[in-house]
Amino acid sequence: MNYDRFLNQRIADVPPSGIRRFFDLAATMKDTISLGVGEPDFKTPYHIRNAAIDSLVDGETQYTANRGTPELREEISLYLSGRYGLSYSPDKQILVTIGASEAIDLALRAMTSPGDEVLVPEPSYVSYSPGVTFAGGTPVGVETLEKDDFRLTPECLEKAITPRTKALILPYPNNPTGGVMDREDLEKIAKVIAAHDLFVISDEIYSELVYGGHEHVSFAAIEGMYERTLTINGFSKAFAMTGWRVGYACGAEEIISVMNKIHQYAIMCAPRQGQVAAAAALKSGRESGYEDVLRMRDSYDRRRRLMVDAFRSMGLHCFEPRGAFYAFPSIRATGMTSEEFCSELLKSKNIAAVPGTAFGPGGEGNIRCCYATALDKLNIALDRIADFVAAHT
Amino acid sequence: MTKLETDLLDLLKEDCRIPLEKLAVMTGASLEEVAATIEDLEKRRVILRYAPMINWDLTDRERVEAMIEVRVTPQRDMGFDAIARRIYCFDEVKSVFLMSGSYDLLVLVEARTLKELAGFVSGKLSPLETVTGTATSFVLKRYKEEGVIFDSGDSDRRLVISP
Repeated sequence: MNYDRFLNQRIADVPPSGIRRFFDLAATMKDTISLGVGEPDFKTPYHIRNAAIDSLVDGETQYTANRGTPELREEISLYLSGRYGLSYSPDKQILVTIGASEAIDLALRAMTSPGDEVLVPEPSYVSYSPGVTFAGGTPVGVETLEKDDFRLTPECLEKAITPRTKALILPYPNNPTGGVMDREDLEKIAKVIAAHDLFVISDEIYSELVYGGHEHVSFAAIEGMYERTLTINGFSKAFAMTGWRVGYACGAEEIISVMNKIHQYAIMCAPRQGQVAAAAALKSGRESGYEDVLRMRDSYDRRRRLMVDAFRSMGLHCFEPRGAFYAFPSIRATGMTSEEFCSELLKSKNIAAVPGTAFGPGGEGNIRCCYATALDKLNIALDRIADFVAAHT
Repeated sequence: MTKLETDLLDLLKEDCRIPLEKLAVMTGASLEEVAATIEDLEKRRVILRYAPMINWDLTDRERVEAMIEVRVTPQRDMGFDAIARRIYCFDEVKSVFLMSGSYDLLVLVEARTLKELAGFVSGKLSPLETVTGTATSFVLKRYKEEGVIFDSGDSDRRLVISP
């Protein structure tokens, strides 16, 4: 039977994720050491897991308020004000979602009308552009270059703006490049945003994972940008809580309430135990000076240095990542494309990495390697990559 | 403690065979600085030894372990230290701790057989003049020690590739 007639062609025509294809290939291999993951190698700290266990024992198995439990929204409000100087009302300006992913999807659906263009810096996380398309808009890539330390520059941003441009997705600290935006960088972007009357969806999911003396600055904290920014964050990366699926969006009441309209009909609410655990994570963090987060960040930082040093020793050019937990080395010296490099590496050395092209055409020539991997495995993986590179240069 | 010292201790605690070059890369310090810091930690007896953690249950070595709660009469001017020394000098004794609570010293003992261990308690430990009582508990199974979980099951459950 031909199902075309029953399918929404706009959505059916979106190409499958480049990562998916690679996942299928990797799934056929055994005992692969994977640098292709996008999540911490830590388990959620036990006291956070325990909060969810207690909640189940207490019989907390019901729906929560659409916008999330009052306790969690209160904690999010305290966290964002204490950590990034942002003030959001727990009742009106915060929406708890199923991971930051849902928050991005809701934002795009709430704000995009047919014909609208949404700017997506590239390389970046795989969901943004398809999300814009699903929402009925047109994604427009904005290049970020290694010579600019993978920061978004006002020049590249200006070039991509048209009269149809409505919003910019600002994905920093960046997956996959490890680029971060310092305050001065954000201030330059803010001028362009204000001049063209645009809105910013700031995905700050890696905000706690910044290294080497850099400090995360929220875009909404830049002068004049609070009203023009939707701040998206979550618990997956900082608190090692990927499987719990809890994130949030904060911004103007007018926008949050429209997002909540979709959320309440489509989702009802984020899972209760995830919310309980998330509230426990923020509360204990507040009381302990974010001890768990800092411990994990220190551990990533050490492995970050090790990985960058290893790639450079192989003769590969490697930007020193400043945030998240990925290195994004250039493999151009091997003469292979990113896809060829990753396929061959997987087949001959049983090491999985993600081709840079999965994150947009600008990723050609690079591969993404996650350093949130146990040290012994990381060392083996880097040794094998070194052998592989030596045989191909 | 400097940041470098705590970083090095964290790394060596996990794996004391990491080469100095890698320790230097990971901590962002120079090779010389790392070597000097480790030497200093050794000199100050912060680092006492580099030993593997062994799961003896998987070997064919016969051994029994027990934890013995020991009540003692502290000695004038010496407190518990003198009697603790009398006890920890025995080869069978692996660890000795001074405890708060209903007994004074916790003594971890290892021997090849139950008989040998019983002989240690009745023949060596109890006869010490300041020991007023002992209660021996045998170790049946080891689940976790020094942060290491002994039964496997702590595998990486992440997807091989995720965005």
